Amino acid sequence: MVVFSRSPIHSVLYAIMTFFCLSGHYFLLNAQFLAVVNIIVYAGAIMVLFLFVIMFLNMKEDQKDLMPNLTKIAAAIVAGTLFVILFGAYRKSQVGMYDPRSYNSQTGMVESLGQILFRDYLLPFELASILFLIAMVGAVMLGKRELGERHF
Amino acid sequence: MELVPFIIKSIIILVIFGLTLLIAMYSTYGERKVAGFIQDRLGPDRAGPWGLLQPLADAGKMFFKEDFIPAQANKWLFIAGPCVAMLTALMASAVIPFGDTIIYDGVEVAVQAVEANVGILYIFGIVSLGVYGLMIGGWASNNKFSLLGAIRAASQNISYEVAMGMSIVAIIMISESLSIGDIVAQQHGGNWNIWYQPLGFIIFLTCAFAECNRTPFDLPECETELVGGYHTEYSSMKLGFYLFAEYINMFVSSAVISALYFGGYNYPGMDWVAGALTDAFGTVAGHNVATLIGTAVFFGKSLFGVFFYMWVRWTLPRFRYDQLMNLGWKALIPLAMFNIVVTGLAVIFIEPALTAMLK
Repeated sequence: MVVFSRSPIHSVLYAIMTFFCLSGHYFLLNAQFLAVVNIIVYAGAIMVLFLFVIMFLNMKEDQKDLMPNLTKIAAAIVAGTLFVILFGAYRKSQVGMYDPRSYNSQTGMVESLGQILFRDYLLPFELASILFLIAMVGAVMLGKRELGERHF
Repeated sequence: MELVPFIIKSIIILVIFGLTLLIAMYSTYGERKVAGFIQDRLGPDRAGPWGLLQPLADAGKMFFKEDFIPAQANKWLFIAGPCVAMLTALMASAVIPFGDTIIYDGVEVAVQAVEANVGILYIFGIVSLGVYGLMIGGWASNNKFSLLGAIRAASQNISYEVAMGMSIVAIIMISESLSIGDIVAQQHGGNWNIWYQPLGFIIFLTCAFAECNRTPFDLPECETELVGGYHTEYSSMKLGFYLFAEYINMFVSSAVISALYFGGYNYPGMDWVAGALTDAFGTVAGHNVATLIGTAVFFGKSLFGVFFYMWVRWTLPRFRYDQLMNLGWKALIPLAMFNIVVTGLAVIFIEPALTAMLK
């Protein structure tokens, strides 16, 4: 649905629904924190920005109905290859089953997540946050207008 | 789940749902009465005694108006907009603890629809979804003014969510839990969070005003600039849904504020009241009556919050849009960060020292 919709707005709305389904899966996997954060970050912030940007565009003018045939064929080949690869990987992979005896119901909860993130994986966590900081500063620098130019 | 707690939970959920709708309905009446009082006039007084039937009259009028859909509008999204607004407004009350526990047949049931251990994040997520209702509706109307209103609503909500989340982080730090039930239970008696988090409370309150699109932050529906904002093209009960969702949001956000900062169902002297009631009526009935009093206190706090919204609405003028953005990004977010740092220092250094001194 995300891919097939004509209107970008509809695509974004379907993408939001996809995120909701994803969160439902997280809930089923007993990862409540991940599920809620997924909704806050993706559905609540990122997709709102997507919608925001798309609403600014004028939809009527850039509706190109027909792509060149070459593009269609290329897209079909790429997607088919991807499907084959995914299918092959899925067939080969061992699906991990959970063991009821050793299963800890607190695995996906906030407390254990915090313990793992800030004790076992502290260095990667901090590095990732520094990476985000750099990306943020970079985005601000790129988005900044020249001095003296009025914003908006 | 066993049958008895299930039935009690269902009753609680239905009662809370109905009460939320009823309160939202009478908030419209209250709003006009408060406005009348502040502007030194009477307010509605024609329908029923003291105008008490005014909300019903309004609802009847809304239902009988022509349900108009603009010709160029995107029909499905136009209908979906108010529905989403209403849905997200109603969903948030699921994790708010409205009272302590009710004992029935030896089973303790919390007066709370769902006890989730990520409750506060859930509310935060639902609040951030609330903007979709406005955006979809505003865009689907195919009207420049509606679109501008929708875009204002979106940017305003996104900006203020950041500061709101940061002020919540400080609360989470002192209560060490994400569950609203736990956060409220820790504020037993008069030990409310507002004594520890006055700055965080002010930030949260301001952001809550912005998230509900209430004056002084009601720029998405600013009449002087945007005709009617995102609901310019709406009529009949779809418009009613938007207005209704706003009042539900007001009630739910004041409920969240009173749960996070004003101790929810806790009030000073509650142990004494519970003890006296248990002596008078026996353990089970006394406990249940004490819980009911706590719930009434909670509703009282929330209704005062709603009144506060109205008070501010008829007192303060509207911000200009750049002032709103400056306030959000340049004042509230740094303040919220400062609040987090101070809270962290206090939790690590001052709290152990105090507990050591008291021992």
